[in-house]
Amino acid sequence: MNESARGWGLIKLVTFLVYLFMFAPIIVVLILSFNASQFGGFPMTGFSLHWYGELMQNESVVRAFKTSLWIGIVTALVCTTIGTMAALALVRYEFPGKHWVNALIVGPVLVPETVLGVGLLLANRAAGMKANFGLLLLGHILLSLPYVVLVVQARLIGVKRVYEEAALSLGANRLQAFREITMPLIMPAVLAGLLLAFTISFDNVSASVFWRPPGVETMPTEILGMLKVSISPQINALGALMIVITVGLPLLGGALARLTIRRQTKA
Amino acid sequence: MAVSMLSAAEKRRPWILLAPTLAALVLLMLVPIGIMLVYSFYKFQTAGVETPDLNLGNWHEFFSDSYYHGFLWKTARISAITALLCAVMGYPPAYFIAMTSFRHKWLLLLLLIVPFWISFTIRTFSWVHILGEKGVINASLMGLGLISEPIPMLYTEGSVIMGMIHFLLPYMVLNIYVSLDGIDRNLISAARSLGCTNWQAFKEVTLPLSLPGLGAGLLLSFVLAAGSYVTPQILGGRKDSLFGNLIFDTIMKELNWPMGTTLSVVLLVLLGIVSIIYSRYMGLSTITKGLSR
Repeated sequence: MNESARGWGLIKLVTFLVYLFMFAPIIVVLILSFNASQFGGFPMTGFSLHWYGELMQNESVVRAFKTSLWIGIVTALVCTTIGTMAALALVRYEFPGKHWVNALIVGPVLVPETVLGVGLLLANRAAGMKANFGLLLLGHILLSLPYVVLVVQARLIGVKRVYEEAALSLGANRLQAFREITMPLIMPAVLAGLLLAFTISFDNVSASVFWRPPGVETMPTEILGMLKVSISPQINALGALMIVITVGLPLLGGALARLTIRRQTKA
Repeated sequence: MAVSMLSAAEKRRPWILLAPTLAALVLLMLVPIGIMLVYSFYKFQTAGVETPDLNLGNWHEFFSDSYYHGFLWKTARISAITALLCAVMGYPPAYFIAMTSFRHKWLLLLLLIVPFWISFTIRTFSWVHILGEKGVINASLMGLGLISEPIPMLYTEGSVIMGMIHFLLPYMVLNIYVSLDGIDRNLISAARSLGCTNWQAFKEVTLPLSLPGLGAGLLLSFVLAAGSYVTPQILGGRKDSLFGNLIFDTIMKELNWPMGTTLSVVLLVLLGIVSIIYSRYMGLSTITKGLSR
């Protein structure tokens, strides 16, 4: 028994160390973003918000942020719509070739982003076009789509078909049954898919570097460009800001959702 | 008559629902891969110019030039090391989360998802602040007077592997966790009551039953590591570039599309083989299960 307690203690310790490994570098970025020093590393020479101010003045960063925001929003909306439709087909219907469709949908996850990037850019080139905004957008849709389908699919499997059948037998048509019964039940997964698609688009760098038109930067490609010059304190401020936004928003969303659900169940 | 018409409409319905997704996947993934395959037989003239006289030149160059084989071998080696280290580091936390009676285990799970929300580029460059000359490790060792010169740790193979583990570890832990969480606890109790020690019960029951998740995690880590080129770009030195960097440079810098597409096809085929071997033994469903968490 003593031995097993020691084993469990060891597992606990390793777990703690692994979490430390995952979060320590991120916390260091947060700390360094307040460093007054004009160099991007240690030692800390004082507390300052100076670099955040500089960042807001940096036009190319602001422009890249807006670009990423737009692409992310459009990608999320398109992927959630067509991905939910696909998930419905895959869970609610039996049809020949379903196995192949499922394999095809995981494709963009398993095919390296480098290859997806080269392929789409080449197709665009073969069609006689230069890299353009549409290419970037379509590429991001391709990258995010599988995740939306998988997330909604997983939820839909848990929603019993009887509910829809009950609605149908009570005289609802297919669309009504979907809108009134299925949709509210899969809503959490649809929202999760929306958020996931946005995050994947907002975060992508490996493939975006191939697709972006000349002169256009997304947030991550802008950071990559800045890194090539030097680790400036501005990058730390930018990193910290993005960490707070991308972690804070979903947490806030989750907390709000929890709150509304609690209120609804009470009412 | 009405019945058969209804069933025809019913049969069409899943395809109508699937149409936009299938169109996207075919037009944006399959067709481009097809074009890539064709281009790999084109002839490179000069930067940005190629002619469609089909020949085996690029393929011959790839198979005969050891320059390419070196990249391939290095990429395979680094990806394998990364995937194995991920498994070793990822198993204990996954086990802890699955087996603990800790009330706030949702928090531990949430913390595994949080890295996915943080920009990959930022997570990668954050390692500069740990391993760099002015990083945490060097700054504290020098502050303590243990060393007088910073230890060069950044821009090495080790820092590339570190960066890749950092971004792949959550995938690994989640995949193993999903597998462990699905194990019927009665099996473990049964093994214990039949006289197994904790360790034996783990080795004979828990570990084998968690292999699908472990396998899915290994495959995913290997494939994602082997395809990556941004991590070596940020954390690696000149000699630490991987196959992905080679593809990027060939196409975006040398504008040699025929050779670049040849190399892309090579990467795709090799990783495809790894995935196929895997899915023969485990089935792709474990991957989709792990991803949709």
